[in-house]
Amino acid sequence: MSRVTSPGAEPNEPFLSWQRQREAATFGLWIFLASEVVFFGALIVAYGAHRFLYSAAFETAGAETNIWYGSINTAILLTSSATMAVAAWAAKAGLKRTVLIGLSLTAALGFAFLVLKGFEYREDIHEHLVPGSPAFPLAPAQTQIFFSYYWAMTGVHAIHLTIGIGAVLWIAFVVLTDRTDWTRSGTLHGLALYWHLIDVVWIVLYPLLYLAGRG
Amino acid sequence: MSDATIDVTRGAGAPSYLSAGHRIRSWLLTTDHKRIAILYFAAITVFFLIGGAAATLMRMELFTPGADVVSADGYNKLFTLHGVIMVWFFLVPSIPTTLGNFVLPLAIGARDVAFPRLNLLSWYLTVAGGLLVLTSLLAGGVDTGWTFYTPYSSLYSNSYVTLAAMGVFVAGFGTIATGLNFIVTVHTQRTPGLTWGRLPLFVWAHYATSIIIVLGTPALAAALLMVVAERLFGLGLLDPARGGDPIIFQHVFWFYSHPAVYIMLLPGMGVVTEIITCFARRRVFGYPMMVAALLAIAVVSFFVWGHHMFVSGQSLYASLIFSFLSFVIAVPSAIKVFNWTATLYGGHITFESPMLYAMGFVGLFTLGGLSGLFLASVPIDVHVHDTYFVVAHFHYIMVGGTVAAFFAGLHFWWPKITGRTYPEAMAKAAAILMFLGFNFTFAPQFVLGYMGMPRRYHVYLDQFQVWHAASSLGAVLLAVAYILPVFYLGWSLVRGRPAGDDPWSATGLEWQTASPPPEHNFARLPIVREKPYAYHEHDEHPQEREATTHRAQGTGRTPGEARADGASGDGPRADDREEARE
Ligand code: HEM
Ligand SMILES: [Cu+2]
Repeated sequence: MSRVTSPGAEPNEPFLSWQRQREAATFGLWIFLASEVVFFGALIVAYGAHRFLYSAAFETAGAETNIWYGSINTAILLTSSATMAVAAWAAKAGLKRTVLIGLSLTAALGFAFLVLKGFEYREDIHEHLVPGSPAFPLAPAQTQIFFSYYWAMTGVHAIHLTIGIGAVLWIAFVVLTDRTDWTRSGTLHGLALYWHLIDVVWIVLYPLLYLAGRG
Repeated sequence: MSDATIDVTRGAGAPSYLSAGHRIRSWLLTTDHKRIAILYFAAITVFFLIGGAAATLMRMELFTPGADVVSADGYNKLFTLHGVIMVWFFLVPSIPTTLGNFVLPLAIGARDVAFPRLNLLSWYLTVAGGLLVLTSLLAGGVDTGWTFYTPYSSLYSNSYVTLAAMGVFVAGFGTIATGLNFIVTVHTQRTPGLTWGRLPLFVWAHYATSIIIVLGTPALAAALLMVVAERLFGLGLLDPARGGDPIIFQHVFWFYSHPAVYIMLLPGMGVVTEIITCFARRRVFGYPMMVAALLAIAVVSFFVWGHHMFVSGQSLYASLIFSFLSFVIAVPSAIKVFNWTATLYGGHITFESPMLYAMGFVGLFTLGGLSGLFLASVPIDVHVHDTYFVVAHFHYIMVGGTVAAFFAGLHFWWPKITGRTYPEAMAKAAAILMFLGFNFTFAPQFVLGYMGMPRRYHVYLDQFQVWHAASSLGAVLLAVAYILPVFYLGWSLVRGRPAGDDPWSATGLEWQTASPPPEHNFARLPIVREKPYAYHEHDEHPQEREATTHRAQGTGRTPGEARADGASGDGPRADDREEARE
């Protein structure tokens, strides 16, 4: 594990120092996260309003989600945040191999999440837990609202995760080929911020969608 | 890097950003904030023309009480197209992405925005979004109104709502990218000495706008997502039959769209502040209050959305609180108007065309804001909600205000952007015509609305015709006023005299570099030593403007002198990485 840096790498335009670039990239990511929070926040607040109005229907519907898939996926995602954190800190120390291992594990865990989620979706569709479906098994009608949130929120989360996996793979490639001085550029730190957001969002979704109705 | 190796491709004496490459590729793949500003300028001009064409058709239809130009359905599609294009593809991007992109980095002495590639990406997102919307138009149009209210947009519309909503969604990411970029740029790219208390208000205005963009736009994305999810996948969040709630859409939509009106307005306030100080030769009155007002507007704008929903059945108590907060937000807006007026007081005012446009802005914005107070009081709004009174209100602010400010800024910075001067007499005539034409068009609509003419109808009762006809005639004048600049500004590109670096003797840092600026803006960073707008300290009298005693924001250098030694400032060389390395 040698400290590898590409000797010729300069900070990106218009930065003159790595430190500035690092600060700017991290700060920019935090701003992006703030805007993501508003996006998910809108959905979560709307969920709150509906759950307040139709708490009985939400409990009925909430008992129909598959807690096994949900819980295992929670564990997987939390683990992936740990491997991501390892990669980010290893980058500061210039430990290329550790960074690459950390990123690969992160991407693999993220992918495992998506695969499990896919199985779960298949089961949901099999049970007609799809709003608007004529065979929707639950009553009253408001249970469909719960499942509307279920699909909207987990769907949007899965899209974020897919983008996240893509980003992790891309950064792994950047590190592998030393396209920038990743020990100083703060790239991995920014990536980790985004990945942790995906994780945090899931931590909020899990109780809303899987624990509601399992009192 | 030693001085011996001064790179003539950079900074002063270097070729301008315009001649840095002539291939189409050098434009479409540029990361230079100045070129991206031009790209945006081209894009939003096209959108403005399309939106304007729709408006023309509507005003033709409304000339007589009957239906003679379009069907009811066609009219619905026209005002939707007009609203969607004008709001998201002209007004929201207008000042920030063109003048902001061009001037903001120069005004803080930066080489570029913090994330140049993201900046280019934002242009592509905006254009892609616009193309989606135009596709929906060609496919058959959308009939929901720009507000996409459910259930019009979810259950009852057979038009191309999904496509248009996706277009707005995509463009929204472009806007967020711009906002994020500006915030980080202002934080990390300021030249030495340019402390927060010395930032020009144009920069502050863009900073405040960017905060709203970043925290507001995602709510729009969420609202549109709910509509699209219902149309495409049958989710029921907004469907009352299943317990969904159309009003939730309105809440989320206005949580974005009220702040969005300030996304459209605040940059204009910034532009106007630069211009009023320059042509009154005065330091701005009450700088700290001007900054505080911008930030206060940015914050409070997130808490007044319910004033669009007084008649939606929301709780009366909620309405009263939203009403109160709407009055509160008028206070910082009024502070700005008072401070502009106080800035003029005792100034040596001259009325060049940018100043005329800026004065128009102040007057029209004031009228629009005052009518907003009418609407903010619940009883009056119940009477005039969804009438032409509302139409007049927001056009006074968005067209009278923002578009006037856009033209003001365009005329002010045109010499910097292109290096050319335009025929001043023509420009003055256009500015005056725009003010008159605007009032001619929209003042009658206040009366119409108060008399009870509802918005979004293509036929009306005979008693309204006088006012509608006046409005349509005024629109002709307004159209002429918008088209005139196309000719004389276009002419100036070919025939205009070279403008010189600082034709208005303005103090902003952007005037310290060449016109048009070189690709990397400054060879040496300017060092700032005092507050902005130091007009009456240095050259109070207009006639002194010709003299070379003018100092740009306290850098102690006259623009000409600055470049005589091949540099535009006295700071460290702008590309000196060695020195700046950790
Ligand atoms: C002085 C502060 C302002 C107040 C108190 C105010 C108040 C209001 C109110 C109460 C309405 C709703 C009327 C109704 O639907 O019945 C309204 C509508 C509107 N306002 Fe304002 N406003 C203010 C400033 C602005 C600004 C700065 C802009 C734009 C830059 C703006 C643009 C609009 C638009 C676009 C609408 C109509 C939206 C629609 O229904 O299509 N307003 N305003
Ligand atoms: Cu509003």
